[in-house]
Amino acid sequence: MKASNELWKTRLTGQITDGLAEEIDTFEMQIELRRQDKMDEKVFAETRLRRGAYGQRYDNGQRHDGSESKTLPYDTTKHTKGPDTVWDAPGMLRIKIPYGGMNPEQLEVLAELAEEYSDDIAHITTRQDFQLHYVHIENTPTIMRRLAAVGITTREACGNSIRNVCGCPFAGVCQDEAFDVTPYADAFTYFMLGHPDAQNFGRKFKPSFSGCHQHSCGLAAMHDMGMTAVVREVDGERKRGFRVVVGGGLGAVPRQAKLFDEFLPVEELLPIAQAMSKVFGKHGEKKMRSRARLKFLVDKWGIDKFKEEVLAERANLTPDPRWTEYLEHIEEETEKPSRPPGDLPALNGNERMNHWVKTNLREQRQEGYVAATVALPLGDLTSDQLRSLADIVRQFTNGTIRTTVEQNFVIRWVSKADVPALFNALDAVGLSEPGASNILDIVACPGTDTCKLGISSSRGLAAEIRSRLAETSFKLDQAVQDLHIKVSGCFNSCGQHHVADIGFFGANRTVKGFKVPHFQVVLGGQWEENAGSYGLPIVAIPSKKVPNALDRITSFYLTQKQPNERFVKFVKRIGKTKMREILEDLAEVPDYEGNEDFYADWGDPRQYSIGDIGKGECAGEVVSQYEFETAAAERIVFGAQVSLEEGDAQKAGEDAYRAMIKAAKALVLVQYDDVTEEDPDEVVDEFKERYVDTELFLDPFAGSKFADYLFDAHQQVGRTFDADSAHHLIEETQLFIEAVHSCYNRVRTQGLNR
Amino acid sequence: MDLQHVNIKIFVEGELTVDLDDVIKVFHELISQQALPGVLLDVGDYRHVPAGPSVLMVGHEADYCLDNGGHRYGLLYRRKAPLAGSNEDRLRQAFDAAFHLCQLLESKFPTLKFSRREFQIIINDRGLAPNTPETLEAAKPAIESFLNGIFDNTQVSLEPDTDPRRRFAVAVKSATDFALPAAS
Repeated sequence: MKASNELWKTRLTGQITDGLAEEIDTFEMQIELRRQDKMDEKVFAETRLRRGAYGQRYDNGQRHDGSESKTLPYDTTKHTKGPDTVWDAPGMLRIKIPYGGMNPEQLEVLAELAEEYSDDIAHITTRQDFQLHYVHIENTPTIMRRLAAVGITTREACGNSIRNVCGCPFAGVCQDEAFDVTPYADAFTYFMLGHPDAQNFGRKFKPSFSGCHQHSCGLAAMHDMGMTAVVREVDGERKRGFRVVVGGGLGAVPRQAKLFDEFLPVEELLPIAQAMSKVFGKHGEKKMRSRARLKFLVDKWGIDKFKEEVLAERANLTPDPRWTEYLEHIEEETEKPSRPPGDLPALNGNERMNHWVKTNLREQRQEGYVAATVALPLGDLTSDQLRSLADIVRQFTNGTIRTTVEQNFVIRWVSKADVPALFNALDAVGLSEPGASNILDIVACPGTDTCKLGISSSRGLAAEIRSRLAETSFKLDQAVQDLHIKVSGCFNSCGQHHVADIGFFGANRTVKGFKVPHFQVVLGGQWEENAGSYGLPIVAIPSKKVPNALDRITSFYLTQKQPNERFVKFVKRIGKTKMREILEDLAEVPDYEGNEDFYADWGDPRQYSIGDIGKGECAGEVVSQYEFETAAAERIVFGAQVSLEEGDAQKAGEDAYRAMIKAAKALVLVQYDDVTEEDPDEVVDEFKERYVDTELFLDPFAGSKFADYLFDAHQQVGRTFDADSAHHLIEETQLFIEAVHSCYNRVRTQGLNR
Repeated sequence: MDLQHVNIKIFVEGELTVDLDDVIKVFHELISQQALPGVLLDVGDYRHVPAGPSVLMVGHEADYCLDNGGHRYGLLYRRKAPLAGSNEDRLRQAFDAAFHLCQLLESKFPTLKFSRREFQIIINDRGLAPNTPETLEAAKPAIESFLNGIFDNTQVSLEPDTDPRRRFAVAVKSATDFALPAAS
């Protein structure tokens, strides 16, 4: 705990709005109450989450060192800060940056906080927030006060609340937008922040604003509530409105958002958001966390009933002047430049600058200006870089900078005449990375570095791929340069692997008694058109062979693609069977002896583990029945994908279910060998009795979620599948099989299989 | 003035010759054995960030870092938990902790050598010690007393960082080696 915490409280009095100051004081008191065990740990956990204070890896006080799990020697006399969460264990603080909009003063304060309370690194997330890691809970009120003094809040950055409102970072300067969404995103943020109708959710709710349909800057289609700017002529007058989609989301099983309204007039934006919050709060799932996002309510009711309920709720709302007050002050442009427009000077053969200009600059719709992307490796930058960036933004603009969903910054309103000077200024502080939004600009979630749910090292893999591509990326064929790579450490998709050209998500496998970090290769996703389609996993590759898999995929694409064929279309034409075929040999894991490197993850020398490692059958031993059965389940679910690709949704759905039964049977066989999949009822009953009732199958974090996938599917045997429902069941089957692998690892290593 | 959260960065002599993958391995071993005072928690790998913390061993009371801030590698000890005692005591504690790990790393990597004449003191708390001439004035007696304790009255130069936005920091240079604390 910092010695100066009390001092800051006094010093910042009067610099924070009364309401915010009171909220932070209250939170500080809640910390004290929990410290004295006068507040329930679960209530405190949700309280701190709603203030942005999140858990972090090892906060249960256990850490595996490669050979065994060890207890970290924390002071155990202190109370917890949530279930199974040690008080002194550091956590992550998420800081909301609505639509990514920042100013230099805010950058400077973030720099100070990263230095004084974290590890000197500020991390930009895929939802335009900042995260500070290794933060002590008792320092969080001071951090919040220092942020509040420059107009930033962490309120509702986590927990079951309306999360950061994302927005296109090019809003207001984009050539393709219908209009600047900034003031609407801003009004939405502060109207809904702490709104009483948005405090009773079963899960989080994520909104986003895009200025156009075709680009992915706001990712409207993958949000709970996505708004895309539209202008329509009404009674001879040009009126602004939003195309609103709802129920989108990535997570374990992604959903494309459904159309709620083709044209919602801007006057109705806030009341509809309020009404939707009320409906979600009233009718959204509360008990089953895994089914509590808005997408499940939309699925359950169908979009028509959902819309009907929202409109009925809207009709009953008490009018609020804030719904439209802000509209009176909306101007055509929210920002002004500080420098006159200009022309791009000759770049005098500076190859690095030329490359950067080509990949990182975007013409603004205002002539003579560009928006420059500051590409950050893995979304990270230091406090010194933040301060330098603040200086640069002041020097070249009116303080106009935004964070992006690709974990970068965009500096807006740069006069073209200043481009060489801007590049040199960024270059001097290590911020002139080229390749913005291309193959080099890999998005990765925190993964096993700091996330409690991480299975494999997403950042380690991303850093490895980056370093291999860094020297050569700009010499690659343009089609390959244009690819988007996204990596998640687990199936939860915080790295947005579903919407990448080539996505990866962390998985684990047991090979001859050893655990091996893997990544599932996800193909078929689309980044453009606001995340237009979602990919599916085709094969799991050991982590250490993933760079080779990437080489294979890109080389194959280059040699086989048709002129101007985008990758997503190429995968569709070639088919997943062929794509899997070219990778299949890479899925093989060499024996442990002499190949120990395969049994550790990227950037982490510890022998890979998700628990204690049990050395079972050594090389050359008979492959267990479990391994045969799960391999078969994986083949069947892959076949389901192929059927879906070929347009046979019914077969795809049925095969996905069959694969689920096969995987469940694999686990049952570990304990009881007289079971056959000819009788799915028996498989499900045995599985339930042996693994669910005994809680062996329950995921430490997701609980019964994956078992529920099986039970739901089994209950609905004989149903009719369309493409959407088959896609969902394939996703669920993939996750169920992953959970089977995890359970098998736990059972083996904990010796509970008999 | 209360000087808490003392950071000490002891610079690497010459170019860094050690493979940072091997340093990461050592950090993991130290965590596994809980081989340093306090609770050691995790390793952070920030080699992808230019002039950043590079390779970091996170602890509860303090972090240790093979830091490349300012494009200059050094072993950075970052005290997080407040300490009792005088300002001089706290400076000495941070210095001893930093130098202890320097010696340990030198023993593991024969080509790695840390300076005995040059290091940096940072007070990682703008609330207690804003980077102003007044802070320098107030902190100077404790710093000088601490330096007298390790340099045997050799002439030592102190160069403060004058950027008011940065943390209070002083670069220390001496013509002779500091007196070594006993390695343990």
